Amino acid sequence: MSLFLIVALPFLGALLPGLMNSAGRQAVGGVTFTVSLAAFIGLLTNLPAILAGEVVQTGFNWFPQLGLNVTLMLDGLGFFFALLILGIGMLIIVYGRHYLAREDNMGEFFTYLLLFQGAMVGIVLSDNILLLLIFWELTSLSSFLLIGYWKHLEAGRQGARMALTVTGMGGLAMIGGMLILGNIAGSYDLSVILQNREAIQADPLYVPALLLILIGCFTKSAQFPFHFWLPHAMAAPTPVSAYLHSATMVKAGIFLMARMWPVLSGTPEWFYVVTTAGLITMVLGAVIALFKHDLKALLAFSTVSHLGLITMLLGTGTAFGAMVAVFHILNHATFKAALFMSAGIVDHETKTRDIRILGGLRHLMPITFVIATLGALSMAGIPLLNGFLSKEMMLKEMEKTYLFGPEWLVPALVTFGSLMSAAYCFRLIGHTFLGKKRDPESYPAKPHDPGPGLWLPPAILIVLVVAIGVAPFLAAPFVKLVTASVIGSVAEVPDYTIKIWHGVNTPLIMSIIAIVGGLIVLALFKPLLAVWDKTPRPEAKSIFDDIIAALLMWARWAIHPLHNGAFTRYAMIATIAILAAGYHAWTTGTVGEAVRAVQPIGWVEVAGWVMLAAATVGLASLHHNRLLALILIGIVGLMVSVGFVYLSAPDLAMTQITVEVVTIILLLLALNFLPNVTPEESPLWKRIRDVSVAAVGGLAAMALSYHYLLRDAVVAPISEFHLANSYKGGGGTNVVNVILVDFRGFDTYAEIIVLGIAALLIYALTETLLSGPVRARLLNRVPDKPLSGTQHPMMMVVLTRVMMPVVLMVGFYIFLRGHNEPGGGFIAGLVVSIGVVMQYMASGFAWAEDRQRFPYHGIIGAGVLIAGLTGIGSWFVGKPFMTTDFTYVRIPPFQEFELATALLFDLGVFLAVLGAVMLSLESFSRLARRAHIKDSDEPMDIDPSRDQAVPNTNPEGV
Amino acid sequence: MTHWIIAPVILPAILAPFIVLAARYHLNIQRVFSVVGILAQIAIAIGLLWVASDGTVILYQLGDWAAPFGIVLVGDRLSTMMVLLTAVLSLFVLMYAIGSGWDDRGRHFHALFQFQIMGIMGAFLTGDLFNLFVFFEVLLIASYGLMIHAGGNERLRAGVQYVLFNLLGSTLFLFALGAIYAEAGTLNMADLARRVTEIDASETVGIRVAAVLLLLVFAIKAALVPLHFWLPSSYAEAPGPVAALFAIMTKVGAYAIIRVYTIVFPPDLEVTSGLHDVWLQPAALISLALGMIGVLAAKKLDRLVTFAVIGSMGMVLVAISMFTPASIGAALYYIIHSTLAGAALFLIVDMVKDSRTSLVLRAMPPVAGASLTAALFFAAAIAMAGLPPLSGFIGKLLILDAAYDTDRLALIWTVILASSLIAIVGFGRAGSTVFWKAKAYATQEDQTAQPPNAMAYAAVMGLLAMSIALTAFGGFVHDFTLATADQLFNPEAYISTVVDTPGKLSTPSEGS
Repeated sequence: MSLFLIVALPFLGALLPGLMNSAGRQAVGGVTFTVSLAAFIGLLTNLPAILAGEVVQTGFNWFPQLGLNVTLMLDGLGFFFALLILGIGMLIIVYGRHYLAREDNMGEFFTYLLLFQGAMVGIVLSDNILLLLIFWELTSLSSFLLIGYWKHLEAGRQGARMALTVTGMGGLAMIGGMLILGNIAGSYDLSVILQNREAIQADPLYVPALLLILIGCFTKSAQFPFHFWLPHAMAAPTPVSAYLHSATMVKAGIFLMARMWPVLSGTPEWFYVVTTAGLITMVLGAVIALFKHDLKALLAFSTVSHLGLITMLLGTGTAFGAMVAVFHILNHATFKAALFMSAGIVDHETKTRDIRILGGLRHLMPITFVIATLGALSMAGIPLLNGFLSKEMMLKEMEKTYLFGPEWLVPALVTFGSLMSAAYCFRLIGHTFLGKKRDPESYPAKPHDPGPGLWLPPAILIVLVVAIGVAPFLAAPFVKLVTASVIGSVAEVPDYTIKIWHGVNTPLIMSIIAIVGGLIVLALFKPLLAVWDKTPRPEAKSIFDDIIAALLMWARWAIHPLHNGAFTRYAMIATIAILAAGYHAWTTGTVGEAVRAVQPIGWVEVAGWVMLAAATVGLASLHHNRLLALILIGIVGLMVSVGFVYLSAPDLAMTQITVEVVTIILLLLALNFLPNVTPEESPLWKRIRDVSVAAVGGLAAMALSYHYLLRDAVVAPISEFHLANSYKGGGGTNVVNVILVDFRGFDTYAEIIVLGIAALLIYALTETLLSGPVRARLLNRVPDKPLSGTQHPMMMVVLTRVMMPVVLMVGFYIFLRGHNEPGGGFIAGLVVSIGVVMQYMASGFAWAEDRQRFPYHGIIGAGVLIAGLTGIGSWFVGKPFMTTDFTYVRIPPFQEFELATALLFDLGVFLAVLGAVMLSLESFSRLARRAHIKDSDEPMDIDPSRDQAVPNTNPEGV
Repeated sequence: MTHWIIAPVILPAILAPFIVLAARYHLNIQRVFSVVGILAQIAIAIGLLWVASDGTVILYQLGDWAAPFGIVLVGDRLSTMMVLLTAVLSLFVLMYAIGSGWDDRGRHFHALFQFQIMGIMGAFLTGDLFNLFVFFEVLLIASYGLMIHAGGNERLRAGVQYVLFNLLGSTLFLFALGAIYAEAGTLNMADLARRVTEIDASETVGIRVAAVLLLLVFAIKAALVPLHFWLPSSYAEAPGPVAALFAIMTKVGAYAIIRVYTIVFPPDLEVTSGLHDVWLQPAALISLALGMIGVLAAKKLDRLVTFAVIGSMGMVLVAISMFTPASIGAALYYIIHSTLAGAALFLIVDMVKDSRTSLVLRAMPPVAGASLTAALFFAAAIAMAGLPPLSGFIGKLLILDAAYDTDRLALIWTVILASSLIAIVGFGRAGSTVFWKAKAYATQEDQTAQPPNAMAYAAVMGLLAMSIALTAFGGFVHDFTLATADQLFNPEAYISTVVDTPGKLSTPSEGS
């Protein structure tokens, strides 16, 4: 079967259990098993090629420019691991089907399990190391989901997060390592990298790459000092512990070390780091395991210890060490998975895993007893079981390894580790199963052997344990085949016969010491435990928790005070940053000569400038009084307009003045809802600080403007073209207007949209306010100042009525003349809206609205549409959007005049501006309505004509 | 003469006023027009991308005026890619807004939405800096309208800060434009690119300050620390779908930086050397770190996502700041990725918000529709934190790989990898608190909250499916982004197409 399919099957199959969840547990278990089986058979179809020593390869390009391609490779090592993953996977699926309780979501469980399986197969079949990284991280994620499977358990959630954090960190480090490796070798394909041993080991980045990759491996395979997450991962359901956290995932780090062995090993760095870490892990894990009372915790630490052992073997860098490592991976996978499953059975049947409560189960659970005992004895290294064989070979390898200190140190430590290992195995058997027969009622639940669904899977593994143990020649060729693919071309496969009896040699003596010592330790367990319990020792979990808590506290300290919502601070920091960057740019550049002379300053300019500056300073210092602030804003606006006039920009001046008028009216309306004074919110020093920053910013802006004003552009500015072509191309002599509606009409188009949006959002905001609780508050508002007696004075009403047609006429005139003289749609719109606003002011909102036939929404919409459609119009003559045309027509009795399409566009501008202003006003006035003041139906409060028409009904009146 | 290149701007600009004019009281009609408009946008964008993908530079002279005198729209690989990304994003956002009923919680949602799209599209397509300013205004005001959609005190307060800070940016933008115009006499990008090379080495301050100020304007939009302060509260308080749409807004800033600082002020330009290459990368690295630390520090789920957005922008800017073809290619890939992932996260947060009394990261009873929402959160968080198999991981690899040959290799790698780890821890904590710890509570009897509706889920799944597609077919995307980077670093074709195409009344060499 294609390698793609083997990897893809579990991923694709992962959808099935989730989908079929409601079809029942049997169906879910069934499909999951079938998926695994299919992949397993697919793998076996490649067996002939593997036995022939071939490397099966396949692949296609994915990210060719990066070098991340889907290239898969199956050699002896990959096949070995894939076999373990899929083979044990099937047993676990059967076991898990019977292990999970009825209320557990089995579909979810098996989906995660298959995801994991696919990721794991992906790791061992990847040729591309970046692809491998992807699968690597996927195993971390699926393990996160599986550890946290029982979401209601605190331990599960914490364990899942801890595992994800630690293995995630390793994965990230490994990204760095892999990238370095790939960049040195020039390819991310293992097949290339493995050929580049010399180049890689000679590169200055070899050591960083090695360390980064090793961090990845050590975290995944729970090597000291990253070993602490694994015991906490035991919060997962037992099938997960057996599968991920003993047989497969934790071996991923080992796998990678084996995979990279030909390129990375053999240097002193590799030897010292890997062997030391492995040795420490092995001894430490074994010691801790002995004193754990939770069956799964004991097994977890024993796993840590055995992973250390394998790591240590790989670290030696010898071919024999590699072979022993391979053999022990096989053996450990068989007995440890079986042991976990038996622990799960005990937990399942007695509802406890506490060794102190257990004991005597031999009589109640004979099948489980046999399975667990054989597994534990193999782990302890008892002859005729497979654990013995690899342990002997390990001792043989380590006996001659020199690391540091006295020569006997490593052999002694290894023997001590084996001794402790034997001790916890014996404790496992002795304290759980042996002991006198007890009343079944004395356990939390009545124990009995489970159905075959639970005991058969571990039993199958135990058969292997015994078979290999008794007849090692069965496994030997396979081990050598795998070893050959581990060591590649670096060394020869050692000529060593795996057999039970090698005669009396040092390893055997060390082994005997370990087993006898183990028995002695078990006999002395109680006093030793007392000593252990009294010994203060660092608890890895609490250290980890402290680190995370400290990190969290530090993060909060760094983030929250800075982002506390104080806008002035935000603005200050931004201003300082901008000033700093600008200053940096200024100081690193060269200042050229000024080419323009400074013009003489006259009194008029000085006066204008002083007024502008005074108004601005006054605004900043007096803004607490809102009305005053508004007046000062008016002065600023006025001075700007005057400035425009002075600088010969009448269009801008007109626009500015009308904008000022409209803005002030709208702001006055808004002031209605605000308190008269704003409170002082910041202390003096803050205000001084803000003023200083603002002043520096202002001065910098001034200096920069001064600099630019004295210099010419490097090439003549484009405005020359506009001046030259305004009449010829745009048909207008008012260049500003032609720029607005023709040269850069697109800008104007977007700007009227801005205006329209502003009005729409004011309206939307008002609507939202009025549909909420604010409405009642507004309606029942009591004004803080006495109201004038007549809200709609007659004089004003009459005057505005008279003014209205005049204003409309002026607006129309300004609109029409815009193309050639100062004016245009924008100003006209503002002028007309002032005329309409006056009606509102004079006669009140309700009265005016009743006489308003066109909704302002519609006017905005129509304006923007007209402008847009005018632009589109030019498409019909095959010209780009907004291409204008103009012609001169003569309709008697008028003189010849110009008709430009730009005028139509300007109409759109006019309507949009008018609608936007009026809609904003309408929205404000809707807020202004109050419950106790009735809307007047009359145009004015005192109306002589009305008084005459209605006979005096109140003769006693005032 | 084809007009397709202007369609992404004109279509919403016609639809929105039409909705206001004719359908402002009929939500369903608005929805139909809005969705059809976006679907058309996608179709048009695909067409444009197709045309531009062979390196063609599509030029559109508005009013038939030649550059630099009139305004031009320019479609090259970069701008058409961004247009397509915007169109696709907006479809899913719109689906969610309709599905969740957000568009009914205030007035004028669809009109503002279309205007917002118009502003974004215009910003991506324009070849003129002043026109870019105008479109920044359009998208700013429309985004403000969308942000405060449906009102509420917190939201309004955040909205004020948002709009004020961005007005600072607009002011700076105007100032920078004035400075550039004073220095070069043009604001057309291609024309500017030619003119800046003529600036004498003895008088560089003017253009240097101008270039830096302009970059800072874009940096504000791109939420570069310390100019990012407008982002956290405004994105957190904005309605879910609006925040999701805003995922593209920060990218407008990134886009503008890429555009202007490859074509106008390329890294090898003498007069502006030694400027942003000094401080942009450190600031980007700080953004990345600060964003991800914020993910860990966040006390509320919505805040967490906003800081993730800052972090991802930091990542984008780290890549941009290397200014090599490989790094720009990586940055563009990451831009697509982080837009999709960020948007998905905001939508998911909104789903959670709907059935939870608050988004504070404390254990509370499970949200309605918890398991599906949790799965989606898990996927989106994976994407955002840069774990496989989603596009974030690939993007991270691309950026790390691009950094391999730079001087700051160790620093960049350390910050990227460490911040990834912090993000993983942060997302892990948040997710397990919101979704897992909730299981410790018994399911409430009176489940009044409805699970999010199918269309809302479809929108989120659509975004995540895009992220998956971006991974699965990422090779093609990466080829494209590299080709885009190549086009940016060899801008001669772009410049000559824009400047040398004659228009009405002009032979364009006249002005330059």
